[in-house]
Amino acid sequence: MIPFPLHLESLLSKPLTYLIFLLIGFLFGYVLEISGFNHSPSLASQFYFKDLRVFKVFFTAIVVGMLLLFLSSAVGLLDYNLIWVNPTYLWSGIVGGLIMGVGFILGGFCPGTSLVALATLKIDGIFFVLGGLVGVFIFGETVDLYKFFFNGSYYGRLTLMDVFNLRTGIVVILVTLMAVFMLWGGEQLEKIYGKKDPKKAPKARYYGAGVLVIVAIIIAVIGQPTTADRWEKLALVRGDDLTNREIYIHPGELLDTFHDHKLNLVMIDVRSEADYNLFHLLDAENITPEEIPESIDSFIAMPANTVFVVMSNDEATSTEVWKTLTAQAVPNVYVLSGGINQWLDTFATPYEEGVCGDMIEAGVEELHYEFDAALGSNCPAAYPDHDKYHLEYEKKIELDLKRAPVGGGCG
Amino acid sequence: MTENQKQEKQKFRLKDLFNRPSKPYANPYLGGVLLGMVLFTSYFITGNGLGASGGLSRIAAFVEDLIAPGHINQVPYLINLAGGQRNPLDNWIVIVTAGVLIGGFTSGVIHGRTKFETHKGPNISNQTRWLFAFLGGICFTYGARLARGCTSGQALSGGATLSAGSWVVMFSIFGGAYALAYFVRRLWN
Repeated sequence: MIPFPLHLESLLSKPLTYLIFLLIGFLFGYVLEISGFNHSPSLASQFYFKDLRVFKVFFTAIVVGMLLLFLSSAVGLLDYNLIWVNPTYLWSGIVGGLIMGVGFILGGFCPGTSLVALATLKIDGIFFVLGGLVGVFIFGETVDLYKFFFNGSYYGRLTLMDVFNLRTGIVVILVTLMAVFMLWGGEQLEKIYGKKDPKKAPKARYYGAGVLVIVAIIIAVIGQPTTADRWEKLALVRGDDLTNREIYIHPGELLDTFHDHKLNLVMIDVRSEADYNLFHLLDAENITPEEIPESIDSFIAMPANTVFVVMSNDEATSTEVWKTLTAQAVPNVYVLSGGINQWLDTFATPYEEGVCGDMIEAGVEELHYEFDAALGSNCPAAYPDHDKYHLEYEKKIELDLKRAPVGGGCG
Repeated sequence: MTENQKQEKQKFRLKDLFNRPSKPYANPYLGGVLLGMVLFTSYFITGNGLGASGGLSRIAAFVEDLIAPGHINQVPYLINLAGGQRNPLDNWIVIVTAGVLIGGFTSGVIHGRTKFETHKGPNISNQTRWLFAFLGGICFTYGARLARGCTSGQALSGGATLSAGSWVVMFSIFGGAYALAYFVRRLWN
């Protein structure tokens, strides 16, 4: 299993968790202060190309942070699926960004830097923070006027890799090269507009840039872990669950789960669309194994009480999908024992038997019932009467509350 | 500790803490490397990045809750933060914000940069600077709420995790500021 990020809530008491966040905040504030982010003229003069101190700190930090993140992910220390990646809301992001830019050049701070300015008693920083509180107030009062715009153009967890359809390592190299180029260009602009002599800066920065590029290349060479790599690691922990059939739930347990309102049940039917149209459980979603990887981010983002039940005609395909989902850190995934065939064996009513005709001989992962019409979920077996069935089974579903962060620094 | 520092410590007065000689800021690339490491540490341990505007909005919701408690429950955006019995301050991002204040203050004291002063361009008065800082603060957090994060939560944290939307926000912030810079150059030059 990939050990990081830690799930603090389950490891530590709340005060200790908060202590860790306090320490992280402390380091954040300390570093912002030593970088000069409480000095508004420095922040503003980057927009006149005179002193690009803030620009340099900022892009260096992004690249260093990115390289450390993807390096630790490449070597299997950190699970990228479990860290918070800001979801993309395209147009509200663009308009909000432009408004922030206006605030930046007028006010000379951004929220983080204004807090450090306030903490170091800069009066302009104090005014900025006060204005900031008023800004939040105005936003709360006005956002309802355009909530469709605010919540529109939503693309979920969208990364640069998705947009450009490139491997992670390649994006990491490109971002690193772009940042190094921008930093170099920034120094040239400083020379022209700010009359600064780049020769006076320490030579070590060239070696530093070299190290960044080399690390980026190393990340690309190692590559990010594939589902197979992830499963290999996880098999040590979860392999036994598979052999002991801990992940296979009896049709009776699934039926009871329909009626358990404490759980958010998500049924994933991984059969072909044709089989799905013939018959499927009420509210089951049809997602073929090929489409599963696209859904993983949204599955991870679901509420903590979500239980996923994967089903195919038998168990072979659904077990493979279970491996993929579990390896990709989706929590609480189960497989319907015996698949749709066993479900129909258990719940097929006279109504279906009439429509379906007899059971037929069929191969592995084929439907053992012959349907004369595409019933979909329009028959009793798609949603059996709970009161009619009292089935004996061994309960398997246990909620694992270990979840990925459901909000970033912007809640 | 040198002899000199020891003597200073013996005659400790609170006033001295804020009147130490100011030291220059760190090299920007060094600052950037350290900031990147802090950002990574945050993701590595907690799965969350850094943020600042989220803390501000919760503090604003808290203040609003004190002034007009009934009103909070009528504004959908605020209900999420402080509706009903919810305490808007009981959230990790508020704790990070408190840490930022303490960390910034500590570094400022150590390096002799914690003192009451106003930084501004050479051609405007303090009052003008304060007014524009206030207006800038309003714009910035308004935009930050709209874009769901500011320079820390979106541009820095989202940038490092390669979120597509965060890169768009980042370029929009810099684009907006560069586009307007020429027209307000008197503020800073």
